Amino acid sequence: MQFRRQTLDNGLEVIAEVNPTALSMAVGFFVQTGSRDECDQEAGVSHFLEHMMFKGTARRSAEDVNREFDELGAHYNAFTSEENTVYYASLLPEHQAEVIDLLGDILRPSLRTEDFEMEKKVILEEIEMYLDQPPYGMDDHIKTLCFGDHPIARSVLGTSESITALTPEAMRSYFERRYAPGNVVLAASGRVDFEALVAQAEAACGHWPALAARRETPTPRYAAVREAVCQQAATQQYALLLGGAPAGESTDRYAAKLLATILGDDTGSRLYWRLVDSGRAESASLGHYDYQGVGMFYTWLSCEPETIEPNLAETLAVLGGIEQEPLTTEELNQAKSKVKSRVVLSSERPRNRLFNVGGNWLMRETYRTVADDLAALDGVQLEDVHRVSDSYPLDKVSIVTVGPRNDFRW
Amino acid sequence: MTTIAPPNSPPALSHRLANGLTVIGEPSDAFESAAFTLLTPSGCRYDPDDRLGLASLTCEMMLRGAGSRDSRALVNDLDAMGVEHTETVGISHATFSASSLADSLEPALALYADVVRRPHLPADQLEQGRQVCLQEVYGVEDEPSQKLMNELRRQHYPSPWGRASCGDEAGLNAVTQDEILAFQASHYGPEGSILAVAGRFDWQELLRVAERLFGDWAPTPLTRTPPNRSTTGSRHLPFEGSQCHIGIAYPSVAYRDPEYFQAWSAVGVLSSGMSSRLFTEVREKRGLCYTVYASLQSQVDRAAVLCYAGTTAERAQETLDVTYAELIRLAEGVTVEELGRLKARIKSALILQQESTASRAGTLARDWRHLGRVRSMVEVGELIDAVTADTINAYLAKNPPRDFTMVTLGPEPLRLK
Repeated sequence: MQFRRQTLDNGLEVIAEVNPTALSMAVGFFVQTGSRDECDQEAGVSHFLEHMMFKGTARRSAEDVNREFDELGAHYNAFTSEENTVYYASLLPEHQAEVIDLLGDILRPSLRTEDFEMEKKVILEEIEMYLDQPPYGMDDHIKTLCFGDHPIARSVLGTSESITALTPEAMRSYFERRYAPGNVVLAASGRVDFEALVAQAEAACGHWPALAARRETPTPRYAAVREAVCQQAATQQYALLLGGAPAGESTDRYAAKLLATILGDDTGSRLYWRLVDSGRAESASLGHYDYQGVGMFYTWLSCEPETIEPNLAETLAVLGGIEQEPLTTEELNQAKSKVKSRVVLSSERPRNRLFNVGGNWLMRETYRTVADDLAALDGVQLEDVHRVSDSYPLDKVSIVTVGPRNDFRW
Repeated sequence: MTTIAPPNSPPALSHRLANGLTVIGEPSDAFESAAFTLLTPSGCRYDPDDRLGLASLTCEMMLRGAGSRDSRALVNDLDAMGVEHTETVGISHATFSASSLADSLEPALALYADVVRRPHLPADQLEQGRQVCLQEVYGVEDEPSQKLMNELRRQHYPSPWGRASCGDEAGLNAVTQDEILAFQASHYGPEGSILAVAGRFDWQELLRVAERLFGDWAPTPLTRTPPNRSTTGSRHLPFEGSQCHIGIAYPSVAYRDPEYFQAWSAVGVLSSGMSSRLFTEVREKRGLCYTVYASLQSQVDRAAVLCYAGTTAERAQETLDVTYAELIRLAEGVTVEELGRLKARIKSALILQQESTASRAGTLARDWRHLGRVRSMVEVGELIDAVTADTINAYLAKNPPRDFTMVTLGPEPLRLK
């Protein structure tokens, strides 16, 4: 396993974790842009733009793009988050040259108005789809409650209104601003020919004009607000709890992951034993999510509507109960084995390494091996985990409940 | 000439214990991990009609303590060993899957041997286990696409082959402790069970471990439940929401059928990749929906193509019309270009699958269950190489998509034109 890195003259970085024994390779353009980089008039544009990247270029029609990816046998897709937009493919190493040409080309899309209008319908369908599934858009709402006007609270999808109002001109201007080569990393993993990769990247992207892109990273403030939203169509009652957590740059992020695992992993955690194993709740879990300059502890609870009061009280008791029931070394060790095993198992696939290597580079501009991550997890002590839970009290968070009931007392 | 098989893929090894348990292995030093899939013939098809959910609840109870471990120790020990695991109940089988670093393979196998052979089935936790299963039934109500596809299978297949293993509220509420004990005793045994292992391990050592853990597992005669052919057909489920969910099923051929790869490739032309027909016609050209797909689902003795499209209610009839037209048009045949793209995707999918021990273990177990043997990668490669546009079209001429079952879920019923 070897890490390689080179920057093109226009600022585009090419990185790779080369594993000559892998059967496949994975490659992706990681663009440092997402909903946090949008203004009100562009809400949802990052994600919409991700769709538009597959709609054709000066050299290729939309049909050509889809057809060529399929001809390469590529397993490819794209996703947009609050802060990154990623276009990736896993495929056989023999097709490295073609896939770089194709991915590089679609990152300079035509953005034709008629394609924009057609794809707008698909985006509106996607928004409607999520609005029909619990918690019915409340995952966006709670971010606003907790983080206020901090950019991380912006919705990735946008709303039907913001997407309907969006113009092709606004999208083009956003594209110019955000898809500058200095804001893009080409990452690869698996059986990669790195020298060839740099040459292929130069051919595909070397002509992109160098431009700077900036991102605001204001200091987050967290509010603890509670709201009950009535949604008669739901069968179950849902509660979302959101609060601050160590950010992506913080070395406490490992302690935060372990804290979330001890308290709220899907199985074997404190929430699991108190709420799920007993059949009181359908699910109860806690996760840690880290971004540039901000982090989130996100708790999710679903249960029968008539049991929401005791279940929510129990959830808060677990989240705020570390003082009464201190974390034990045994719990910490168990969480470490669990998380470390996940790290190792997922690292066997080049595609998983791609997300790790590329995401890590965008966030921190460092390369971390699997062994580095395992050592960082091993190094976490109980006092680190306690420090995190003291700094980010998990029971002093914003809460939204959604479901048939809103008639309860908090 | 074979073009699909990757290099260095030796055939899988297999061994049948005297009591009927089959052990299959594909050792490889290319991994740090090992994974296993244990199938037991304990699926929901054995649920009595008034106890739907019995197999599921039994499986849930089996994880609440086994051998020397109580419920908590069992989960904690899996965590401490770093074992990623899932347990699911299907139509015919229960599936126990685990993956971990190679060192934990043997202790994880020993733990699951306890689960299937020596579960405590604690009576004092029955109500908790029942609640867990009921929560799953309630949860499906809030996932309209899953609810729709459950109903589509129920309407399309003769009972019990279209059941959803989670059961229903009445069935789960009626299950007694004695019924769980009886189901466990009669449906968990070596006969018809398959243990498939892939990744870093030694085959001879695995056989010794399997003999020690399972060799004295006494066979239980399998109870055969005769299929009870119920009324099937299309239906509409009223649902208040902005979306309409459309499910269409039609009969196909099973994995073990000589024509399976023809049928599978035809469905691939419909729905594999973004240049496939459904994606192109329904989403790309018309923007009718976000999700549309078709897939060939095979049981041992029967198979169906299941299609799904989810869209807003106002555009639902058009979505159905376009989707249905593509199913009908498939009978006219596929082109050489379409098949070429599909084969490129199949080839890389087969190779990517080799990079996951969990996925390999699952495939080995599936092959054995459907075929009674494991197809080598070379053989799979030859079978796929032998598929041509002509062979697919000959298959489609004899077996055009027809005899459709349609289920819709949304504010208004739709019409198949």
